[in-house]
Amino acid sequence: MHELSLMVALREQVLAAAAARGARAVTAIHLRIGRLAGVEPEALQFAAALVLAGSLAAGAALVIDSVEARCQCRPCAASFEVLDGMCVCPRCGAISRQLLCGRELALAALELEGLAPDPPRLASGSSA
Amino acid sequence: MRPESASLGFLHPFPLPLMCLACPCSRTVPAAMAPVPPAAPDRQLLRLGQDLLHRNDALAVANRNRFDQAGVRVVNLLSAPGSGKTALLEHLGGLTAGPMAVIVGDLATDNDARRLRAAGLAAVQITTGQACHLEAAMVARAVDQLEHSGVPLSSLRLLVIENVGNLVCPAAYDLGEHLRLVLLAVTEGEDKPLKYPALFHSADLVVISKLDLAAAAPFDLALARRAIERVAPRARILAVSSRRGTGLTTLAAALVA
Repeated sequence: MHELSLMVALREQVLAAAAARGARAVTAIHLRIGRLAGVEPEALQFAAALVLAGSLAAGAALVIDSVEARCQCRPCAASFEVLDGMCVCPRCGAISRQLLCGRELALAALELEGLAPDPPRLASGSSA
Repeated sequence: MRPESASLGFLHPFPLPLMCLACPCSRTVPAAMAPVPPAAPDRQLLRLGQDLLHRNDALAVANRNRFDQAGVRVVNLLSAPGSGKTALLEHLGGLTAGPMAVIVGDLATDNDARRLRAAGLAAVQITTGQACHLEAAMVARAVDQLEHSGVPLSSLRLLVIENVGNLVCPAAYDLGEHLRLVLLAVTEGEDKPLKYPALFHSADLVVISKLDLAAAAPFDLALARRAIERVAPRARILAVSSRRGTGLTTLAAALVA
């Protein structure tokens, strides 16, 4: 259940980003999670609800973009999808040592609400 | 780098799949099918693209620098509970090219650290409470503790971090190690790597343990090797029996190579 500790790390990043923008609320959190990252999306949803309760991101939708795992096959000079973590090329049967993607654990984007209007920009170097 | 931001207009700007908003099913749906949320002038999409574990990763880099400066080789030892991690280290102690110490993580008790000390090794126990894995910050604190107990890092050739017994959670956490060793006991079955591919994929070295029990298990070594190669294609594979000492000299050399 390391999903809980991941979501504690997420909470910190979300609240810092929201505070930096002066947002009133975070309505959605977009994550990119690789299929080989060893993370269970359902457990993430559960943990997120717990750790975000009472914060300005409480109730934010957790939107998980699941990133497929892909390996590069050298003999075929082409990539293939890694199913069930198996790095075996479905075309030629070679074992690939080169994982292209699938271990991502990233905070992709936030939807923020109630932003303070941008402060008026002062033209620098002119007093007109 | 400044994060790019865009206002939410009538057209939904996300290239990402979206949560089903029509009902509480929590399913993600393709962006094209997703209902467009009402446009609100004070709404904003803030693109970040930052690693969730960036803090742990930064601490891991600091740990690795510290290890490099001290000239100590560090191994992150991972396996399911009961695969023989502690027994392996008890028997490996006298075989390494120089002094070896162990940082050992468990949910509770300092039994493992006591066993390792009884085998003549310097050992620090981390009890994680309910946490299922070690993180870089815990390792940094344990290294401080080791040094304060009179074992400077620079006096060691090898430091092994015996992670919490778990084949899922520790995979994502870089501790600052130079080598990641995953242990598979013959009693776990040849196909265990296929069941836990994420952790095996991160391995530099896979060691099959309890080789003395292979006939009793029974365990097909060739079958296990084929399973490991599929999910841990970068890993070197060795086989040992801690009790009989089989393969331990080769392993001790591989750990500091």
